[in-house]
Amino acid sequence: MCAKPIKDDTKTKVGTTGHSWDGIEELNNPLPRWWLWTFYLCILFAIGYTIAYPAWPLISGATPGVLGASTRADVEKDIQRFDEMNAPIKSKLAAADLTAIEGDEALRAYALEAGKSLFATNCAQCHGSGAAGVQGLGYPNLLDNDWLYGGAIDAIHATVTHGVRNTVDPDARNVGIYMPAWSDKAVGALADMATAKLTGEQIGEVVHYVLKISGQAADEAKATAGAAIYTDNCVACHGEDGTGNRDLGAPNLTDAIWLFGGDETTLTATLMDGRGGVMPSWGYATEGSPARLSEADIRAVAVYVHSLGGGE
Amino acid sequence: MSDTQDPPQLYAAREPIFPRRVKGTFRTLKWWLMGFMLGIYYITPWIRWDRGPQMPDQAVLLDISSRRFFFFMIEIWPNEFYFVAGLLIMAGLGLFLFTSAAGRVWCGYACPQTVWTDLFILVERWVEGDRNARIRLHRQPWNWEKLIKNGIKWWLWLLIGLATGGAWVFYFTDAPTLFWGLLDGTASPVAYITMAVLTFTTFFFGGFAREQICIYACPWPRIQAAMMDEDTITIGYRSWRGEPRGKQSVETSGDCIDCMACVNVCPMGIDIRDGQQLACITCGLCIDACNGIMDKIGKPHGLVGYLALTDEPLEKAGKPDKPIWKHILRPRTIVYSVLWLGIGIGLVVALFVRANLDASLTPVRNPPYVILSNGDIRNTFDMRLRNKHGEDRWFTVSATAGGDVTLALEGTDELRVLVKASDTLVQRLYVTAKAGTVAAKAHHLPLRIWITDVEGPDIPKAERIYKDTIFNGAEED
Repeated sequence: MCAKPIKDDTKTKVGTTGHSWDGIEELNNPLPRWWLWTFYLCILFAIGYTIAYPAWPLISGATPGVLGASTRADVEKDIQRFDEMNAPIKSKLAAADLTAIEGDEALRAYALEAGKSLFATNCAQCHGSGAAGVQGLGYPNLLDNDWLYGGAIDAIHATVTHGVRNTVDPDARNVGIYMPAWSDKAVGALADMATAKLTGEQIGEVVHYVLKISGQAADEAKATAGAAIYTDNCVACHGEDGTGNRDLGAPNLTDAIWLFGGDETTLTATLMDGRGGVMPSWGYATEGSPARLSEADIRAVAVYVHSLGGGE
Repeated sequence: MSDTQDPPQLYAAREPIFPRRVKGTFRTLKWWLMGFMLGIYYITPWIRWDRGPQMPDQAVLLDISSRRFFFFMIEIWPNEFYFVAGLLIMAGLGLFLFTSAAGRVWCGYACPQTVWTDLFILVERWVEGDRNARIRLHRQPWNWEKLIKNGIKWWLWLLIGLATGGAWVFYFTDAPTLFWGLLDGTASPVAYITMAVLTFTTFFFGGFAREQICIYACPWPRIQAAMMDEDTITIGYRSWRGEPRGKQSVETSGDCIDCMACVNVCPMGIDIRDGQQLACITCGLCIDACNGIMDKIGKPHGLVGYLALTDEPLEKAGKPDKPIWKHILRPRTIVYSVLWLGIGIGLVVALFVRANLDASLTPVRNPPYVILSNGDIRNTFDMRLRNKHGEDRWFTVSATAGGDVTLALEGTDELRVLVKASDTLVQRLYVTAKAGTVAAKAHHLPLRIWITDVEGPDIPKAERIYKDTIFNGAEED
């Protein structure tokens, strides 16, 4: 279909590249001139760019560029913009009646999203990213329906605001109240609070009593002996029936949920050495030292935690 | 490279091309196609389609801000993007099919670059005259005539570009609203910027870059070479009939009288008699030009025409061509057709079986389960409920599982939740197994969650879908 090979055409002054693959040769056509111009334009653009924007590396940083562009400043601007955007709903959240927040669709939606990211930033270190806590270390699981200090929205709010047993906030929950170390060999602050010194054997008996009331397999004889020791020493906090006392943060011993563990070994360790978990105060502020979280943020976290499945 | 050749140039200025006006079958076909395709492009955003209150009434709408794609009765949500992916794959396979069957028909007839360039050349001819007049104008120094003619031409091109960019933005928002918004300056800056960019690119690509886009910028012509083979029908010059070129009065001359008609009409500025070449978009105008000349000198049509490479030896031997269907019907075109049809049928079926409610169920596996105070085991799921109806609907949930489980929804005591019309709701679902039951102790329990949009007095038919998942029990040590 071709009159003659194009390379032999006298009209075209283009030669071939000299390459030949299976007899197929390649014409050495020139580039279009406009392409060359785009190449020069790119170089010009690159020079202009390095003048306008941060480009040349120096010892500590780079040339700033005449436009003063900075992604860090952009982020700060963005954060400021979002803060301004969120300011009205934040102040509404801080002013609203605590129990009414979840009924307000807009407030609830904002609180859930804000609470989720605040939780991931501030709470997940102890309570876990999924809020399941760490049992062995006594970081409570926030998903279940057992609460040391109450799972209603205002109780959660109070706990987050003041924390537990911390040394800064005078309103913190349970300051000076903890599970004493009952072992007769224990010393220190946790031991001083114990109303009695129990021998290893006695502690074993109490452990079996606790195993029994929590529905686990227990030695009946030891449990009976333990019941008397329990009545003498434990009812003040954990109650006669062992269901605990939220005012004192005393756990319910009859349910299936354990802060540190409900097996014999862990219960023995708890009785012997005592327990006293600490949670920071997120709302405590003094002169020159602002609160870690604003009231609106604390409320957002409270709403989020309340929505995780255990809320009362 | 032989020594007699000049040293090669590294770059060269573009040779301007002044295609001559031509009449004939393919030119007529191209006029009709141009009108048809430009019509589709400009008119489509103005077609209305009633979808009920609260819904847009534009037949074809890419609503990016609310993440919906409307195409007449079809509404695509972002999670159904596979429909769009499927359409794109079909478009690709369609191109493969057409290219393997009939060469660069897309390039020659349907490509926007070709269609708009054709339109721009038409405008150019209206303003400046046909080929010879345009060459004269091009060569003469700048004077009032040249300035005025070029000025008029550029303004017309800009207007076409503006209309092109203008029509484009109408696909993304309600066209009439945007039209008045554009006029009184209240439209979004994005609309103006998009229009400006498209106006400029249309003006530049159709007016100045033209064939350079096909030769240097577009990847598709490069890929097409792999789609074509000896049976692909394409445009060629029957050299065995035409050569040697020369005056018809000379006894030994072939049919080609070297009148250059085929070269003068070519929008790509090539000589089809040089054979298959990279720049040829197979627009068919050289066929029209040559057939016109053949009529004048009393020779049969088809010195330049559609033929396949396999026809060449047959014709040289004086035999008739292979029939067209034998060229087209060959394994690769059949494979392309089957794939194309398969995906098309799959998409249509998927379109008709899809429900108006849709849900995804994400198990919350951090932690896998929660022990409740009475020893019950609870799993949590995040449901994403999508109501594709035009009105609010209640969604209820139920479960079938390999053991007894009870359901609960976060934030409500009921097992139903209201999802607004054409909206998505994220709802937390709790599945609880009683302490000590099979389900509570199972390592993995199959769980099927049923979601029903509740039947109402004015809702004739409730739809029900299910999602299969796993219930995690507290496996005993």
